[in-house]
Amino acid sequence: MHGFANPKRFLSFARPLTPWLLALGLALAGGALFWGLTRVPAERLQGETVRILFLHVPAAWLGMAGWMTIAGASLAEIVWRHPLAAIAGRAAAVPGAFFTALCLVTGSLWGRPAWGTWWEWDGRLTSMLVLLFLYLGYIALSQATAREGASSRIPAIFGLFGVINVPVIHFSVTWWYSIHQPPSFSLGKSAMATAFQVPLLASTMGFTCLFAAVVLMRMRALLAETQAEARLRRRAREADGDAGQLREAGA
Amino acid sequence: MPVLFFVAVAVLFPFAVGPDAPLLARTGGGVLWIAALLAAILPIDRLVAPDIDNGVFDQLTLRGVSEELVLVVRLLAHWLSFGPLLLIAALPAAALFDLPAETLRTLLLGLALGTPGLAAIGLVIAALTATVRGGAALGGLLLIPLAVPVLIFGAGALARPDSAGLALCGAISLALCAVAPFAGAGAVRAARES
Repeated sequence: MHGFANPKRFLSFARPLTPWLLALGLALAGGALFWGLTRVPAERLQGETVRILFLHVPAAWLGMAGWMTIAGASLAEIVWRHPLAAIAGRAAAVPGAFFTALCLVTGSLWGRPAWGTWWEWDGRLTSMLVLLFLYLGYIALSQATAREGASSRIPAIFGLFGVINVPVIHFSVTWWYSIHQPPSFSLGKSAMATAFQVPLLASTMGFTCLFAAVVLMRMRALLAETQAEARLRRRAREADGDAGQLREAGA
Repeated sequence: MPVLFFVAVAVLFPFAVGPDAPLLARTGGGVLWIAALLAAILPIDRLVAPDIDNGVFDQLTLRGVSEELVLVVRLLAHWLSFGPLLLIAALPAAALFDLPAETLRTLLLGLALGTPGLAAIGLVIAALTATVRGGAALGGLLLIPLAVPVLIFGAGALARPDSAGLALCGAISLALCAVAPFAGAGAVRAARES
């Protein structure tokens, strides 16, 4: 892992990987959404509303995977002081928050016809909302510390502290079971027909590729920002030095 | 000071919802929980930041006192500054809301178990935002996700006194108190580097 500590080596594989991930993600997610919205038959009980699943499930997965990315980056930052970890955490936070919000919105749109309500204070919904606030807090804290030049380990501590919340999300289904259905997609057995499973898996993989591409792009942008800043600072120092020499020569 | 804030919320709440006794009795316990939560994070800008600025942490580190130990004492002091007084202030507040005796008992037990956890959350947020300007405003945002479990179990026990809410509230509170000094000490050391 420390092979990538050098930003140049990281960029040498991130640069060519980004367009591939982007293209693969667009093709998979676009194809799966097209197939799911037009070709898959309507479900017997839920009717056409079931099609929102193909957006909702990847969004929920990426909302949680994004936070696990932040947790891993925070751990790498605190334990190994990995130089790219803080950048990876900051880069994953905004797309993760976006997918969490998307999951909440699509779930709410689906809930209106299916449950007859936009919002229900049930375990899974509530913990997803809490996860969104966790993301917003992390984004605000990491931006504030970056702006003030404070250590990037401060948001990393918050990231690890917030990881306690992710198991709460997972187990909340069993804790406060109310009207949210139990997960129908678990290892081993599945209550879902193959006609739904294939586009669902494809769209999940496609959105995951898109997520990875966005994270890599944001990491490169953040790296470029710090490099540009360092270059400006160096130039300012050199200009200062030149001016000093001129003054000395004049004196 | 946090206690006055707590009492102010308890006095102002009936003006906001009207003097409807059954409604106040039903919602009063939850409002007191929210007031306790806000009272716990009221002094966060004075908990850690002044000690970092004055070099108190540096002095103690030079003498071989670890940041973790300082923050354990800090946590205890922070809890003492509002916890016991809050429990006393909950009695007149409960009278204002006409809370039944059973609810009052659960509320007092829950606050006694939960306020150390709230103090721990306040301490962690104070340490994390110590180096950031306008940290208090940021603290409100950081508070929402961290305080949810304590609030769910503490206030949830009011609605269902027979459930395990109080035990879970105590468990979360203990876990927060155990983690907070280490998280806070990490933040204090990180603040030294910048």
